[in-house]
Parts: sequence; structure tokens; C-alpha cells
Amino acid sequence: MKISRLQELLDAKVLCCEENLGKHVYSAFGCDLMSDVLAYVTDQAVLLTGLVNPQVIRTALMMDMVCIIFVRSKAPNEEMIELAKENGIVMMSTNKTLYNTCGILYSNGLIGTAEVPK
Amino acid sequence: MSDKLVFRFDVQGDDFTSAGQASVQVKKNLRQLGFDTEVIKRVSIAMYEGEINMVIHAGGGTAEVSVTEKYIEIILEDKGPGIEDIEKAMQAGYSTAPDSIRSLGFGAGMGLPNMKKNSDSMEIESKLGEGTRIVMKVNI
Ligand SMILES: Nc1ncnc2c1ncn2[C@@H]1O[C@H](COP(=O)(O)OP(=O)(O)OP(=O)(O)O)[C@@H](O)[C@H]1O
Ligand SMILES: [Mg+2]
Repeated sequence: MKISRLQELLDAKVLCCEENLGKHVYSAFGCDLMSDVLAYVTDQAVLLTGLVNPQVIRTALMMDMVCIIFVRSKAPNEEMIELAKENGIVMMSTNKTLYNTCGILYSNGLIGTAEVPK
Repeated sequence: MSDKLVFRFDVQGDDFTSAGQASVQVKKNLRQLGFDTEVIKRVSIAMYEGEINMVIHAGGGTAEVSVTEKYIEIILEDKGPGIEDIEKAMQAGYSTAPDSIRSLGFGAGMGLPNMKKNSDSMEIESKLGEGTRIVMKVNI
């Protein structure tokens, strides 16, 4: 699915890197705990989160994720947008909750990860 | 022995906002050097977890990343409180992080096991009241 399709489905506001909206993504991970993103993300390219701080962007960068979607209308500050821009990470913000955002994307074919390893 | 490339960083402990900056820089450098993406990702995760740990548990420290012919070595050193029981600290889910750290998205007790998982070797030396030194190697 193209990142632009995620934006349409969520009616989200794109915050940076519009030039990368044509990139294709296949799976996502939703979480407010960066510890778990670092431990459990394998090749999910999209991060859905309600946490807003620079570590969200750095964590996504470490995991080679290409898109961050902030839920519940959370919005990053200029410094965070700058960091994402430098690294080509598309960021957007939606007014939907994490649960509903995940539901919409999942039911439209953006899968998640299998059960986490024990 | 052939020359090795070394990157050094001071990791500030008083400002959580900057935590992770050294790892971002290392990732950039390794990409420029043309390393395999999987190798870069393992180094990134291992170093980032260690860097965040130095900030939240040890008040900062230093990071040194060396690129040799066979592996990338990450050395993290701090003068923090030290780790009382390393075996326990290595268990997934063990954390002494306060709630204030959890609200920042960390403190699940996943970092040290994740560092082990993403490196080919990892050694921890720690002395209570003196500090911690962690050496990780990721084979190229
Ligand atoms: N550099 C350090 N100095 C002192 N104590 C440390 C250091 N690194 C880790 N520890 C101790 O080991 C525990 C486990 O570390 P680990 O990285 O696995 O989890 P965490 O940092 O608490 O949470 P997470 O990594 O999931 O955000 C920490 O809670 C802390 O008590
Ligand atoms: Mg940790």
C-alpha cells in the first residue's frame, strides 16, 4: 500500500516528506513504548504512536521505519520535524485513536507482526 | 594491524531530549561507508539501547565505535551507579526505571537483552558506585 493511501484512509495531515508518499509499505506496529518498538519490530515500516518526543523519531530511524503516524491529534515540534526531514521519514497526524487507526489500516490490508517471541 | 576508524561521542546525561543523538550519527556514518543494512541495523539498535541506558540510568557517559576489518565494536562507558546484579539486569522485563521514564516511552526492561540479541558478543563490567563499561561487537 502506498503511504499516500494511509493518509487518505486516516484523513491525516502530512507534516513532512510529502515527496515520499509514493513509497510502498506492507506492515505496521502500534505502540507508545519505544522499548517494545526496539525489541519487537522486525520489518514493519510504519509506526503508529501517541507518544511525542525526539526518541520516537530516533527509534523509528534505528528500526529503518519510513513513516510515523501520530494518533489522537498529537503533533511533533519543529525540532522533531527537522529530524524526520533529514532522514526522509514521512510524518503525519490523525485525530483518530490508536485503536481505531490500527483497525482502519488493518482492515484495509496493512498487516502487523505475528505474535512476539517469548 | 591495519588502521581502524574510530568515532567518539560524549553522551550528555542531563538532557533526555538529546538522548540517542550519537547513535543517529553512527548510523549516518555507517551508511556513508556503505555497510550492509542488516549490519547497520544491529549496530544501531545495540548502541541506541546502550546510549539511552547511559542517559536514564547513569547520568551520561562516553561512546566509542570502531570499525575494523571483521567487526564493528561499540564501547559504552559511564561513571554512574553501576549495576548491582548483572544477571538479573539481563532478564527481559527487569527494570529499575521510575515512572517518569516510562512516560517517555522507555523502562520496560528490554534494552540489555536486546543489546545481546543484536550483537555477536557483549561483555559487561560494572562496579557499584563506580560505573559500567559495556563492549559489544557486531560481525561484518
Ligand atoms: N549504564 C547503566 N548504569 C546503571 N544501571 C544500568 C545501566 N544500564 C542498565 N542498568 C540497569 O539494568 C536494568 C535493565 O536495563 P534494560 O536496558 O534492560 O532495561 P531498562 O533500561 O530499564 O528499560 P528499557 O531498556 O526497556 O527501556 C535497568 O533498569 C537498570 O537498573
Ligand atoms: Mg534500557
